Amino acid sequence: MKHLAWVACAALALTGAIVARATPPGSVNEAVITDPGLPRTLSAYGFFADAPAQLPGKGVTPYRLNTPLFSDGAEKLRFVYVPAGAKARAQGENLLDLPVGSALIKTFAFEQDGKRRLIETRVLLNRADGWLALPYLWNEEQTEAKLAVAGARFDLVTPRGEAISYRVPNKNQCKECHGLDGEVVPIGPKARNLSHEWLAAMVDAGHLDAMPADADQLPVWEERGSANLTAAARGYLDVNCAHCHRPGATASNSGLDLRWEQQDPHAIGIGKRPVAAGRGAGGHLFDVVPGAPDKSILAYRMSTTEPGVAMPEIGKETVDQDGLALVRKWIEEMAP
Amino acid sequence: MIRLTIAAALLASAAPVLAETHSIEPGNGAQERLQEALILAQPGDEIVLGAGRYTLTDGLSLDVDGVTVRGAGMDGTVLDFTTQQGAGEGLLVTSDNVTLRDFALENPKGDGIKSKGADNIVYHRIRVTWTNGPAPTNGAYGIYPVESDGILVDGAKVSGASDAGIYVGQSNRITVRNSIAEANVAGIEIENSRNALVEHNVATRNTGGILVFDLPGLPVMGGGNVIVANNLVMANDTPNFAPPGNIVAGVRRGTGIMIMANDRVLVENNILSGNPTAPIMVIAYTQAFDDPRYDPFPRNVTVGANLIAEGGYDPQLEGADMLLAAFGGELPPLLWDGLGNPSSALRVAPGISGWTLNLTEQGKGLGGAQPGPIQNAPQPEDRFYREGIGAPAALEERLGG
Repeated sequence: MKHLAWVACAALALTGAIVARATPPGSVNEAVITDPGLPRTLSAYGFFADAPAQLPGKGVTPYRLNTPLFSDGAEKLRFVYVPAGAKARAQGENLLDLPVGSALIKTFAFEQDGKRRLIETRVLLNRADGWLALPYLWNEEQTEAKLAVAGARFDLVTPRGEAISYRVPNKNQCKECHGLDGEVVPIGPKARNLSHEWLAAMVDAGHLDAMPADADQLPVWEERGSANLTAAARGYLDVNCAHCHRPGATASNSGLDLRWEQQDPHAIGIGKRPVAAGRGAGGHLFDVVPGAPDKSILAYRMSTTEPGVAMPEIGKETVDQDGLALVRKWIEEMAP
Repeated sequence: MIRLTIAAALLASAAPVLAETHSIEPGNGAQERLQEALILAQPGDEIVLGAGRYTLTDGLSLDVDGVTVRGAGMDGTVLDFTTQQGAGEGLLVTSDNVTLRDFALENPKGDGIKSKGADNIVYHRIRVTWTNGPAPTNGAYGIYPVESDGILVDGAKVSGASDAGIYVGQSNRITVRNSIAEANVAGIEIENSRNALVEHNVATRNTGGILVFDLPGLPVMGGGNVIVANNLVMANDTPNFAPPGNIVAGVRRGTGIMIMANDRVLVENNILSGNPTAPIMVIAYTQAFDDPRYDPFPRNVTVGANLIAEGGYDPQLEGADMLLAAFGGELPPLLWDGLGNPSSALRVAPGISGWTLNLTEQGKGLGGAQPGPIQNAPQPEDRFYREGIGAPAALEERLGG
């Protein structure tokens, strides 16, 4: 087991995304993941060998997504835990099917005075009765993160230099994005948005039953300039919008379906009239007008921070200028 | 500088066995205290909001089944969202069997209360107000249940919504009654929904009073089985202030009751006065569309006996002067676009006079209009089948008190 975990870690280092470090001792408390109740502290889980340094414990594997969700420019540290003796199952390009007892861990950090300041760690726990999403708030001393079911706000400065009131979501807001057909589900670890190298390492480590078909499709965000424009834009929309804008999710009633696999032009907004956008439409008639980003509701709602207009509605306080530029370019170059 | 501005809550598990009451009072930390109560409530619990004004900076949400949120009256307990910084609505409900009663929301940045996939919900004596009056910068919907089965809105009061005051979308088994919708673009709107009863409401000073729409391209379509009865629909004369792009932005100022598309709608025993474009309007969907599942025409719409005065005297229509001259200074109270099966689209009770645009093609605008009186419209059938229309009876039991 120790050997396999080391292999996973080493393989990650090869992807260039993660700094390889020797897997330290320490183990995850599986009962805390699976037992009923809301653990008060992040340390109770034992996910980290060194939590302030975000050094994962044994069996906890860091990962990155090809195209990530924008969160005000936060540095995001993602980890997955699959319980000993169990395996995740590949499901084609879709979400890895993680067994009960698994956990997804994501820490949000910003630079402060030249150092990394941990703000919050969100955990998703796969219990026998389904997934549970909980937010943990780091203390000023950076020694512990405590459960914050009602969320919180922090004043901070983003990497772009914007002073914002950063919102830590409350437990219900977790479900606004993670809800699908009434259940809480993970969003991020879809095979299509994970690298072949990482997935292979997970298979080698015994955490995943097989290499998923159709993995690693979404462009790597930092390489979007050289990627196919449509793929980059649709990948961005899939990751940033489609957890709500899809059937069965929070924005299902809009009829807008921005999932990667959706091929119906009307469903992804082309020539589609708004339903319940209100002033969010910004005076425009259609979600996407090919060749005309300035007339497209999609771009308009991405370009503002005004509550009631801004999209996504939660999870960010600033405009994702890079994402907006990409989506605008996609619309601009779209044939009418 | 990163600074913790709000204390985080620490909570252990331990589910209570019996329903509990959680009392919340306004004051410091109301946002967190109230949101915490909404998260930690157990099914059957009641959250009681003491009288006063709650200053809220973020949207609230409830995701626990069977919870009652009760204030000290729609003028006593006010959730004030004037300084709201985030979220798309004031309160979001995503759980079933919830009762919301006796409190108000003011100035939410987006929608007021949205309940989505929240079956068997009761809104009782809820007020949602944009205090600056009609403005396109106001939120879209005041009371906004969507994709739900079993909805009872009773005694609500909504004003200032830049789309619809009370909007029910993509839902089934609905009652909206005893409510006041004032100075919204649409007072009450039933959209892509079935089995809706809209009765004993007051709709006034809206652009359009009561709208029953069925639109294409949505997950739930096939609206119908709707009764609009015993409502007071008067002086809906506020110029349309909806942001362009939304379907209600096309509603003409001075529309009383408007039916667009839909199958089986009964409009009767309403009092309509001072609706200068058209007291009652029955039309097909106005835009072109590409959705094979969708029927854009009105079917089996019955306009029964209604008491109508002062309608159609100042229509917001192209060629209004000519129309008024042609009809002797005031348009007949019922306007039909002429689209749909002539033998079954529209049934009209004796004594209700109407006119038609005589359009021949759906989605092609008004260019081909050849206005003339409605003649030989079939009369209402003896009986309008009402079975299954309205909210489930069990929801009534949560009223009172």
